[in-house]
Amino acid sequence: MARNRALRITRLLHKGLNLAITRIPSTTHEPLLWEYAESRESTDIVSLDDSYGLYIDGEFRKPKSRNSFTTVNPANEDVLAKVSEAGPADVDDAVSAARAAYENVWGPMSGAERAKYIFRIARMIQERSRELAVLETLDGGKPIKESRDIDLPLVAGHFFYYAGWADKLDYAFPGIKPKPLGVAGQVIPWNFPMLMLAWKVAPALAAGNTVVLKPAETTPLTALLFAELTQEAGLPPGVLNVVTGAGKTGAAVVSHDDVDKVAFTGSTAVGKLIQSQLAGTSKKLTLELGGKGAHVIFEDAPLDQAVEGVINGIFFNQGHVCCAGSRLFVEESIHDRFVDKLKRRLDTLRVGDPMDKNTDIGAINSKEQLDKINELVDAGQSEGAEIFQPDCELPQKGFYFRPTLFTGVSQSHRIAQEEIFGPVLSILSFRTPDEAVEKANNTPYGLSAGIWTTKGSRILWMADRLKAGVVWANTFNKFDPTSPFGGYKESGFGREGGRHGLLAYMDWDEG
Amino acid sequence: MSRLDVRKTYKLYIGGKFPRSESGRSYPALDKDGEVLARVAQGSRKDLRDAVRIARGAQSSWAGRTGYNRGQILYRIAETLEDRSGTFVEQLMATGSTKKQATDEVAAAIDRMVWYAGWPDKFAQIYGNLNPVAGPFFNISSPEATGVVGVIAPEQPGLLGLVSRLAPVLVPGNTVVLLASESNPMPAITFTEVLDTSDVPGGVVNVLTGFKDELIPFLADHMDVNAIDAGGASSEQAQRVQEGAVHNVKRVLLPGQGVAEQSPYRIAAFTETKTVWHPKGV
Repeated sequence: MARNRALRITRLLHKGLNLAITRIPSTTHEPLLWEYAESRESTDIVSLDDSYGLYIDGEFRKPKSRNSFTTVNPANEDVLAKVSEAGPADVDDAVSAARAAYENVWGPMSGAERAKYIFRIARMIQERSRELAVLETLDGGKPIKESRDIDLPLVAGHFFYYAGWADKLDYAFPGIKPKPLGVAGQVIPWNFPMLMLAWKVAPALAAGNTVVLKPAETTPLTALLFAELTQEAGLPPGVLNVVTGAGKTGAAVVSHDDVDKVAFTGSTAVGKLIQSQLAGTSKKLTLELGGKGAHVIFEDAPLDQAVEGVINGIFFNQGHVCCAGSRLFVEESIHDRFVDKLKRRLDTLRVGDPMDKNTDIGAINSKEQLDKINELVDAGQSEGAEIFQPDCELPQKGFYFRPTLFTGVSQSHRIAQEEIFGPVLSILSFRTPDEAVEKANNTPYGLSAGIWTTKGSRILWMADRLKAGVVWANTFNKFDPTSPFGGYKESGFGREGGRHGLLAYMDWDEG
Repeated sequence: MSRLDVRKTYKLYIGGKFPRSESGRSYPALDKDGEVLARVAQGSRKDLRDAVRIARGAQSSWAGRTGYNRGQILYRIAETLEDRSGTFVEQLMATGSTKKQATDEVAAAIDRMVWYAGWPDKFAQIYGNLNPVAGPFFNISSPEATGVVGVIAPEQPGLLGLVSRLAPVLVPGNTVVLLASESNPMPAITFTEVLDTSDVPGGVVNVLTGFKDELIPFLADHMDVNAIDAGGASSEQAQRVQEGAVHNVKRVLLPGQGVAEQSPYRIAAFTETKTVWHPKGV
């Protein structure tokens, strides 16, 4: 263990602050290590029920299916609550409630009134933001500093942004007189439970649709708290319905005959399944699927900033990010120097309890996901790539994975082709901008890409050629309610966010 | 002695050339009375694959041209269409249109091509935008071509149906593999001669005549086709397109999906919105 060899120099920051910092110099690449005093966010703000019903027609109900499942805290494997599993009869009730609310209340309501409901919801999210953030971290394992400072502010921002569109839809697209589609069936993933809810629910409601939402089975709790919040906001019954469950429940939602619009965020495999379930129907569909984002570093890039960008690109939210920069392409002339810098930075990442405000990398969302990461990392090693992991200690209980780099990766390796959805970065190199573009585009996915260079003309030249829906230049993993997000190729179709995000929830007559 | 007329051999249009089907097959195109007008090539799976490969090869340079240039080329198509309008009127009349109907259809097709010719340098201004993000970033979204698009032309109207579906796909820089009307293929074949003399680079538009039931599954399943306009498909054929689309998450525009034939939102259906972020700072 590097830790045992290290010389510890302990000092006090200042007299009043009883925080010890230990500097541990020198292992092979001379990392700087600090230990941080624990700083846990209190969970008192959240009060959990033992069991949760389905939210249908404005009330929490016991499921007709009589089935339930448990949701656990992936940080320590404690059971958090029992959650209802919606069966076909429950989904049917939810869709009927959504249809009735669409026909009788939400559809006929003026845009200005709809706007006020959504503004009110945005405000209430801000008001209960910490509670939602703590619950998000409890149920999903993401670091509290991310749920608190990134997820929840964006969630409130999305509702605030789309609220203002509800009475301005006639101005959104020239020549179009928009109308809502009807009932939207929405299935969302576990990596950003509240944020994906916001991306789906806010534009759907703003455009005048009603919603049946199916949250992910491992992270249902914030969606249920959100349902309670909309109840408190006075949102008319049936406008939002939340049916919890696993894949079967999701399939019942998307294939229900009375659903007019399906929106899905998740894996490409499940997205294809949904696309095939919808063949033969004219339901509108948007898919936001997997990715294998290319992050391209040119030799003239500001290297220390680029290191931070790469770290954020792959380790944000444990790498459970569809647009993660999971393939790194470094210009050959700086490859070794850059990899060395990355390794040093990896040594300083704090892996552990997501509720600790110091934590950079929290818990892997589930045992199933941890197994998948392990399988692909094993494949990386057996196919001949060289692995690097820092020597950090992991908690005894819960699901954790060390931040991981692979060097010597070739394009045919599974770790360069398949989405790992974990804190694992595959590093490749290139010599010319043309080669960088060629390699970056060599994937069936096309969600995100990153470019680091100080040369402006090269940024724009690269951005034109990268087949990706979002291109971050000299930054990475930035999101905003006004900014459209979505993929090329097998990363899906349709955009979420911004003016474009409305189009997925609008129907219109032309001419 | 009266002069024997010289008949034309009607072939496929792939990569700016006019090959016969590699399968060596042809089928009769009939007039309104069921008499044989001509034999036309019956395209095969191999022809379709060749067309897709060539369309892929032509895509980046077509999309890489300026909107101004693509607009001029589309306008040039309209000019050449006008020049050949007599032939089109004759062909449409042979398959049942009255003289007035045929003349009106050809005029509408030319005008529609002119309408779309104005879009390549304007579409991004309507459909893209600068996003006012809450932070120090320049953030811009703009539409780009989806890639290689399969267009299933409607059976009728023979010329206007084809032009209405082809033009919007070409506007943002897609390249096309088009399955012509099976029952009324002659206008599509004559149209390839218009394309060939209108500065359209070879491979940008590839036209196959043949049997839709035979060709649609291969088009739908092809892993290097990014999107399909199924406007000219029957409901069974459209479902087959949707099923094949699953393999590589193709974008599919279904028949009757509410987009007008002369609409910028028909262009939008074959674009991808790309959003670029860059920090602001000194």
